Amino acid sequence: MSIRLESVNVVSMGESVIRDVSLTLERGTLNVLLGSTLAGKTTLMRLMAGLDQPTSGRILVDGKDVTGVPVRGRSVAMVYQEFVNYPSFTAYENIAAPLRRAKRLSASQIDARVRATAQMMHIDHLLQRLPSELSGGQQQRVALARALVKEAPLLLLDEPLVNLDYKLREELRSEIRELFRAGTTTVVYATAEPQEALLFGGNTIVLDAGRVLQYGPALEIYHRPATVRASQVFSDPPINLIRAVIGPEGCRLSPSVAFPLPPHMRALPQGDYRVGVRANHIGLAGHADQGCLIPAKVELAEINGSETYVHAGHGDFQMIALLQGVHEFGLGDKISLDLDPRRLFVFDGAGNLVAAPAENAGGAGAH
Amino acid sequence: MALIEFKNVAHSYLRSPTRIEDYALRPMNLAWRHGGAYALLGPSGSGKTTLLNIISGLITPSEGHVLFDGKDVTLLPTTQRNIAQVFQFPVIYDTMTVFDNLAFPLRNRGVAAAEVRSRVSEVAEMLELTNDLRRRASGLATDQKQKVSLGRGLVRSDVSAILFDEPLTVVDPNLKWRLRRKLKEIHKRYSVTLIYVTHDQAEALTFADRVVVMNEGSVLQQGTPQELFERPTDRFVGYFIGSPGMNFLPCLLSGEGAEVAGQFIPLAPTLLTKATQATGLEIGIRPEAIGLGDAGSGLAVEIGDVEHLGTRNIATCRLGEHEIKVVVPPEQPIPSERGILKFNPAMTRLYADGRLVG
Repeated sequence: MSIRLESVNVVSMGESVIRDVSLTLERGTLNVLLGSTLAGKTTLMRLMAGLDQPTSGRILVDGKDVTGVPVRGRSVAMVYQEFVNYPSFTAYENIAAPLRRAKRLSASQIDARVRATAQMMHIDHLLQRLPSELSGGQQQRVALARALVKEAPLLLLDEPLVNLDYKLREELRSEIRELFRAGTTTVVYATAEPQEALLFGGNTIVLDAGRVLQYGPALEIYHRPATVRASQVFSDPPINLIRAVIGPEGCRLSPSVAFPLPPHMRALPQGDYRVGVRANHIGLAGHADQGCLIPAKVELAEINGSETYVHAGHGDFQMIALLQGVHEFGLGDKISLDLDPRRLFVFDGAGNLVAAPAENAGGAGAH
Repeated sequence: MALIEFKNVAHSYLRSPTRIEDYALRPMNLAWRHGGAYALLGPSGSGKTTLLNIISGLITPSEGHVLFDGKDVTLLPTTQRNIAQVFQFPVIYDTMTVFDNLAFPLRNRGVAAAEVRSRVSEVAEMLELTNDLRRRASGLATDQKQKVSLGRGLVRSDVSAILFDEPLTVVDPNLKWRLRRKLKEIHKRYSVTLIYVTHDQAEALTFADRVVVMNEGSVLQQGTPQELFERPTDRFVGYFIGSPGMNFLPCLLSGEGAEVAGQFIPLAPTLLTKATQATGLEIGIRPEAIGLGDAGSGLAVEIGDVEHLGTRNIATCRLGEHEIKVVVPPEQPIPSERGILKFNPAMTRLYADGRLVG
């Protein structure tokens, strides 16, 4: 089903938690709700579910106003961060519970649905166990199966993998991705991790301090974040943001660092800006020679086995560069970083995007 | 200052363990040198928290001895070990101010007021808590509380080691980067031993100089992030480190290499001699060590799903019944349907019954 929020506001204990959110999620789409803790992700999901009501604004399902209709009157399934199962029910009965409650299916139909869903979640061999006899990952699979078995037209997942081990998360992520690929269910998946938004694809809703900053296909937002804040929410490692001045000679980042304007920046009027560049678009000088050298002092080098994150400072700004391979640097080492101007996002004084790199800027020379 | 050693330490939560499976921590000898930054990495249930609690004295091991600088501390309580510990969820006093929370471990030990003030303000500065010092802790968001919790662990200048039990779980990705960096700065500045428990391989590798990988109560491998990435000695380490983990392909030796699903992969001659008698052979190769093209010599594969992750793309390829993940730089085009894989020979490993050959 489609769900539409119109100028929705939530005020809780005198504080604005959701601010003027207008959003339409089409039937059968996968939508990742991306935002940090306290951005309002859970609140927004509870509104969509009908668990909470907005202070003002309307919520429409398939064009029909459902504002004020409680969760019981809506067809929604929800999965939470915590593994929520009935402790005294077996996995089988946990999954069957929503079908039994609906009383629309015969016993054999219920049985078939439970087994098919369990198989999809790879827990068909665990159906007779109690939740306490299952690992965390298995418990969350049961909770997911219970949400899926209803075949509700709206499925809400509130950071369902956050309490799982990293490797389990990786596994379940790719399974969930497969499940949602083709379907008529409208899915909303909340997360704080930009990687999950990219992995699931679909649309991303960038939420910050109760406001929707941007809504659109994940890769499109990744390549064209509308504001400084959206670029920050959508970058891990954090995006590098640097003050810049565009003058008659080109663009200047500091007294000693300047470069001629790359094609995508040539139409910009002179003045003050902030430029953003992702960690993987800053390299070591002499390596790929991308066009703008920045002398910097190493503050920290983190090696993850095959790559090195170099934290370095130039004057009063700090950068994180992601270098391929293992590089040993000491604290205070002087290095020369190479930034590719064709890769810069440019934001105006109000923080709005005014120029974005072409999607394949830099070509094969960049890394 | 302390060298921390485990001598035949083992622990079971059962009263009279009989089988090896009864042990949460199987017998082990380990040493943590003074000033190291260590990560204990493993899935839940691997025994890493048990190990941490044995170091801090929260658990007395059922077997073996714990030594600090050669002195047996096995039976000493936490308070006599000079250890600070930070837990997964904030442990702070809600009714106290941030300042009083940070000062607590110092005042508890009778540190003079002037020294308390200077230590607290130093730690607060480092953790960007200076403006919150007068606030009551109850008014803070969870990740702010966790910063206070970290601060309490860091505030004492006399500790032998600081232990962290998944301290960044409740923290946002952006703040994680800043806090991890703070921890490393603190490590450099005070040269204190840090032992950091996590299930997140990315966190472990970026944080630690040495990573200890655990599974099912045993230490499988200890090494630098690069060693663990390039030469995992155990199949589990290969799988657990890296995202996605190492590819494993069952193979048979054939001539100067290995055969996988009817296709040939060259191997170093030294590997071949070592593996002649071995059983359960598998090729192990990192997704980052495979090139993907559309022509030339190599392994002919079908290309399935491609994940676009911004800084890199991951292609899932099929070779017979096997799946091979390949990391491809975002600028590089990925052929559709069929491609040729080239394995970097210097990064191609051979495993026999799950253990590294050579």
